[in-house]
Amino acid sequence: MSLAAKILYPLAMVTLLVLLSLLTLVGRDAEFIFAVVIPYLALTCFFAGFVYRVVRWAQSPVPFNIPTTCGQQASLDWVKSDKIESPCCNWGIAGRMALEILLFRSLFRNSDMQQVGQHRLIYGGNRWLWLGGLAFHWSLLIILIRHLRLFTEPVFRPSLWISAIDGMLQLALPALFITDFIILAAVSYLVLRRLVSTRVRYISLASDYLALFLILAVVISGILMRSFFKVDLVAVKELAISVITFRPAVPAGIGLPFYIHLLLISVLVAYFPFSKMMHAAGILLSPTRNARNDSRMVRHVNPWNRPVRVHTYAEYEDEFRQPMIKAGIPIEKNNLPAEQ
Amino acid sequence: MADKKIKPEEMAGIDYGPPHRDWMDPSVEFIKGSYCYAAPLKNQEILQLPNPRQWNPQDPDWKLPPDFKRIILNGMKDRLERYRSWKLYLDICVRCGACSDKCHYFIGSGDPKNMPVMRAELLRSVYRRYFTVGGRLWGKLGGARSLDEQVIKEWYYYFYQCSECRRCSVYCPYGIDTCEITMMGRELLNLVGCTTEWVVGPASNSFRTGNHVGIPPHAMKQSLESAQDDIKALTGIDVNVPINKKGAEILFVTPSADFFASPAWFTLMGYLMLFHEIGLDYTFSTYASEGGDFGLFHSAELAKSLNAKIYAEAERLKVKWVLGGECGHMWRVIHQYMDTFNGPPSFLEEPVSPITGTKFDNARSTKMVHICEFTADLIHSGKLRLDRGRNDKWKVTFHDSCNPARAMGLFEEPRYIINNTCNQFYEMPENTIRERTFCCGSGAGLGPDENMEVRLRGGYPRANAVQYVREKHGVNLLACICAIDKASFPPLLEYWVPGVETAGVHELLGNALIMRGEKRREADLRGEPLTGNTLSEGGQHGV
Repeated sequence: MSLAAKILYPLAMVTLLVLLSLLTLVGRDAEFIFAVVIPYLALTCFFAGFVYRVVRWAQSPVPFNIPTTCGQQASLDWVKSDKIESPCCNWGIAGRMALEILLFRSLFRNSDMQQVGQHRLIYGGNRWLWLGGLAFHWSLLIILIRHLRLFTEPVFRPSLWISAIDGMLQLALPALFITDFIILAAVSYLVLRRLVSTRVRYISLASDYLALFLILAVVISGILMRSFFKVDLVAVKELAISVITFRPAVPAGIGLPFYIHLLLISVLVAYFPFSKMMHAAGILLSPTRNARNDSRMVRHVNPWNRPVRVHTYAEYEDEFRQPMIKAGIPIEKNNLPAEQ
Repeated sequence: MADKKIKPEEMAGIDYGPPHRDWMDPSVEFIKGSYCYAAPLKNQEILQLPNPRQWNPQDPDWKLPPDFKRIILNGMKDRLERYRSWKLYLDICVRCGACSDKCHYFIGSGDPKNMPVMRAELLRSVYRRYFTVGGRLWGKLGGARSLDEQVIKEWYYYFYQCSECRRCSVYCPYGIDTCEITMMGRELLNLVGCTTEWVVGPASNSFRTGNHVGIPPHAMKQSLESAQDDIKALTGIDVNVPINKKGAEILFVTPSADFFASPAWFTLMGYLMLFHEIGLDYTFSTYASEGGDFGLFHSAELAKSLNAKIYAEAERLKVKWVLGGECGHMWRVIHQYMDTFNGPPSFLEEPVSPITGTKFDNARSTKMVHICEFTADLIHSGKLRLDRGRNDKWKVTFHDSCNPARAMGLFEEPRYIINNTCNQFYEMPENTIRERTFCCGSGAGLGPDENMEVRLRGGYPRANAVQYVREKHGVNLLACICAIDKASFPPLLEYWVPGVETAGVHELLGNALIMRGEKRREADLRGEPLTGNTLSEGGQHGV
């Protein structure tokens, strides 16, 4: 699979989606399909797929307790143990998972291996991926909360507060959101990184580019329709409320930019459960992170603990009884034919 | 060894440049020095392994069973249903690349398929093709590959270039553990009869004789007796070495390399001296004479089978609890698997140190204590008289062995012992120790001499960090707590950092330990003369 193909196929797919949105210009029925039918299908796909994937993971048991310990175990009283990186109680697990999910703790450790001179390897800190990833995910969360104002009447208060803070830098009109630019920069960084770094380029799949291009297209279409090609926000909200209250009605004249944005989101959401984006749920189930380092304190039970063939002591002694007697090693049975 | 001809300067000239070929085309060349020999038929039969046959990785035809594809895919399905770790880790990788430069085999070789993410993709691509919608629909575009003999060969090559050290899992934002990937990959290979001699041979020995080198009980006794003689010559003291003694308080299990191999031998002397000095009521076992579990490098089933001997023997000998020696993957098994495999050991008691009365609450269920925990407690309680000066010829650094570090969290206890037995201790750079420690390059069954180039390359990052402290502080001793370390570091360091020796932590303890009634020590455990002011009798109190 050539690099060009890995990039061009996803790019073509995103372009095709944008073009498909043009169909909303055909008439009101087409608008209904794009504004109501496709989003419903996408959401159904998302929720059903999401639950299915998580249930399938959860159905496979965790046969062994395998936390990756990144700090001192709890052992002797006077040895200070690391409650977070080597947790042996549930609070420790909560702390470890919270750090991992909210602050990307493990990624924060990232280093960059370099050869210096001829014979020196050094591992300098490399926090760019951590920063880019964190900026992207936090912006995404804030943007999602901001969008809640479109789905709630009366408006969900925190959504307004967050919008107010996010829009503080009103350099231009209408209010420009800080997170719009952060997410644009962060996703662009993540795309460029895949293209520029030889190692990351080598490991990247078409699906990695697809996810990034889809998100980038959603972000760009969102910014464009907000700041450049104005859409009728009142109509958008009317549609959003009608859809989530299951009384779908499509107001006229919302405008093409909105339908582009909506179709991209619908596809992204429908694709989510079948993609690597499921890491969002997977991290919670990861046995190297969510398990207590207490396996010598509390027995971990393997539900399928299969019986195995063992070589018993009796079989062992049968083979080595004579030399054991000769060497004066205590044995169990003394009167067997083997000795006579 | 052919590979010794490559000079260190040449080997260190590693090309990390962009690979020329796409990874999805399976390609692998079995070059001498970079792969392990296949298990001989005899050993496959002792362990009753599936599809046994005589074969060689360099053969064009591996004589795979005709329905190998079905066998592998069924094996995958079975493991997807039994291991959440495996299923999850096949699904959630985002290929962010954080792990890409964390593997010592990648750093030492520049081979892009040694990046942890790539090692997993070798399996994931097949998983996608047969178990996911996207892979079925999109094929290569969806990152999916069909299973064929070439893919199997690639698996064999790269799953035996992973030492299951878990370093990449420390850095992964989702904790994806390549060890789980490699373990399952090897289990799948086992199903079609592709196993290595260095795993199956020691495992079949352990199965039959109780230890991986295949020492029969009488030879083990002789070996322990020569350790007694060596200690007598050194200290004038007759230490007692009980074997298969019923009713002893403690069963002591240590890797069998301690019984014969240098420098592990000196660690064994350290144990015997310590146990004598504190008057421990313990016993060795000839049936459970191996702490290391080579089954772990093969399959969960074989690991369980070999591990079963420890509890079985503890029950037969009616001991109260079990003490374990210095070893790496042995402690992965004991800490994270043993109780689950073969417990609960209801016939044992919660471990209490008979000398200090300390309750080892952290081992209350498994009932097995690490020798470093045991000894650190003795030192902390002031039960040992130690003369650090007897280790003054050593400038010591400490290598955290992968499994005690990342699968147990045993960081402080060995350091505490070193600090109480040595005057000169220097840490390697922080990105190369503790949870970020590098593997010796020979773990998880990669230790045979025919695999020397892989071992030297894989050990390069560790050796490079040792070289740093050698140049900065004049370090001349690498202390460690793993039997594979003790076997693999001497040739590794001789190659990369000549002048640095390897020792177990309890060798240092044996040197420093002032025994009641001992004669004036003229030499250390290696028989090398002690220098200068350290000759004084009694010495200073170490604690």
